[in-house]
Amino acid sequence: MKEIFVLAEHRRGELRDVTFEMLTKGRELSQKTNMDLTAVLLGYNVKEFAKKLADQTKRVLIVDDARLENFNAEAYQKVLSNLISERKPPLTLIGHTAFGVDLAPSLATELNAPLATDCIDVDFEEEKLVVVRQVYGGKVNVKASLRKSDSYIVTLRPATFEAQQVEPLGGEITEVPSPLKEDIPYKKFIEYFEAPAGEVDITAADILVSVGRGIKEADNMPIVEKLAKALGGVVSCSRPIVDKGWLPSDRQVGTSGKTVKPKLYIAIGISGAFQHVSGMKNSDIIIAINKDPKAPIFRAADYGVVEDLFKVVPTLTDKILEGKA
Amino acid sequence: MDKEENRMDIIVCVKHVPETAEAEITVSPGGKSINTEDLVFDINEWDDYALEEAVLLKEKLGGAVTAITVGPQDADSTLRKCLARGADKAIRLTDKAFEGSDAFATAKILHKAIKDLPFDIILTGTQAGDDGYAQVSVVLAELLGIPHVTMVKKVEPKEGFMRVNRELEGGLQEVLEVKLPALLAVQTGINEPRYVSIMGIRKAREKELKVLGLADLGLKEEEVGGCGSWITVEKMFIPPVEKEAEILTGGLDEVSAKIVEIIKSKGLV
Repeated sequence: MKEIFVLAEHRRGELRDVTFEMLTKGRELSQKTNMDLTAVLLGYNVKEFAKKLADQTKRVLIVDDARLENFNAEAYQKVLSNLISERKPPLTLIGHTAFGVDLAPSLATELNAPLATDCIDVDFEEEKLVVVRQVYGGKVNVKASLRKSDSYIVTLRPATFEAQQVEPLGGEITEVPSPLKEDIPYKKFIEYFEAPAGEVDITAADILVSVGRGIKEADNMPIVEKLAKALGGVVSCSRPIVDKGWLPSDRQVGTSGKTVKPKLYIAIGISGAFQHVSGMKNSDIIIAINKDPKAPIFRAADYGVVEDLFKVVPTLTDKILEGKA
Repeated sequence: MDKEENRMDIIVCVKHVPETAEAEITVSPGGKSINTEDLVFDINEWDDYALEEAVLLKEKLGGAVTAITVGPQDADSTLRKCLARGADKAIRLTDKAFEGSDAFATAKILHKAIKDLPFDIILTGTQAGDDGYAQVSVVLAELLGIPHVTMVKKVEPKEGFMRVNRELEGGLQEVLEVKLPALLAVQTGINEPRYVSIMGIRKAREKELKVLGLADLGLKEEEVGGCGSWITVEKMFIPPVEKEAEILTGGLDEVSAKIVEIIKSKGLV
């Protein structure tokens, strides 16, 4: 029986959400194409994970090796290319995460297996693999097909497929000997590093006034600070503001920053790339102010204002202060 | 450190892309591309940081920076910017046959251009703001047979290796050591890209900008363009609306009053 591989992703003793999202999508595809769903688990002392994965799959292939303890794309690539060459799965799913971005392209190149990255959908259509991806910061979708092949690799965007619970399937757990004979000599994991926490915890705020690229200049920042102050809220931001050094990194909302769930989230001049949206979409009320009516942020927001932020924000601030007076 | 001994040959790969973060995008009639007539093109944001990191390393250790792009003649403005910001040489890879190349085919073109050049380090952006594959750099490293690190947020040169920080999710980073030669794909925010100076622009005019095509690189037509690609674009479309915000309309005062009402109704002010 042919297989669909899902590469389990874990870090610091935890299976990451994207693993279960991929298993859900993988299960749907395996049922449609009558293939087995196989989880591939690489790591060190990760047998506990194998049981969890077996509940959701036909089988788990586990490679347990101290050299796989911390993610190293080169080590992972060696093990995976062996497994894929031997078992020839028509499709291997990997998360489009820091882990997958570092691993999938070199693996695909070595195997000469066509690769599509950051996909929000994937399907077999008459032997051909078809994917949907987003381009131009989520403003446009692309439906694309991959060159005909016996084996494809696809990286799936995190937080796109909802992980579903299933009745435990009791898949078989098969240990595969590690092909690694020595440490990777040219790339070495040293340690994890976490920036020290700042004085403001945006995850604890009830009201966040969040600012993005649309603010244009550092000198314009006071207009959002005034609004936040009027509302008794805290200023947070999207990635470009931290990249430019206008706010410290602990104010960043999104995949590489914080996940927030305030009662009120006002997105100002934020276009709404998925990396940002996945960090704030569970806020109670989202109000977006952006001059581009097609900005993806309006698909995440409850209320929208299509207008120049430099006009709306000061007027809004005045109205709030008036109401308080 | 001794500058002579540590001098580095640095290659930086850049892409000339439309700025779309603040622009309204429409799909062109064929449905396979977007309308770009009204868009401003510039160096890809991630590559801008890669270029700055390349120039910073050169200033620290001595050496030379070569900027390379695959693209049409218009991409010269991006290469000129690289030269004005401190790159020493520029190479544009252009051929009718390169059109329609996906990330894989683009990496193959870059590979042919780079494999015979001297280099200690290759810097690229982790991804491009247009097609967002995040793929070219890692495929290129694999084709060259050198190690890579993506999503790089910090680079510290050591003796014969680099100590780098990689951005993971949720504010976490990992620290790695990677031997040279290596490819580092940087993440935005790693440095503060400098402005182009008048002096820089003047100097850039004197610098070499070489153009190479299919035959110069020893490539065959079927290896590049659509034929040499993994991916074929079938159709581009504006994402379907699953949920849309209720758009508040009216003058500035009216809109502001509506927002205040919403906030009040939730008991937040």
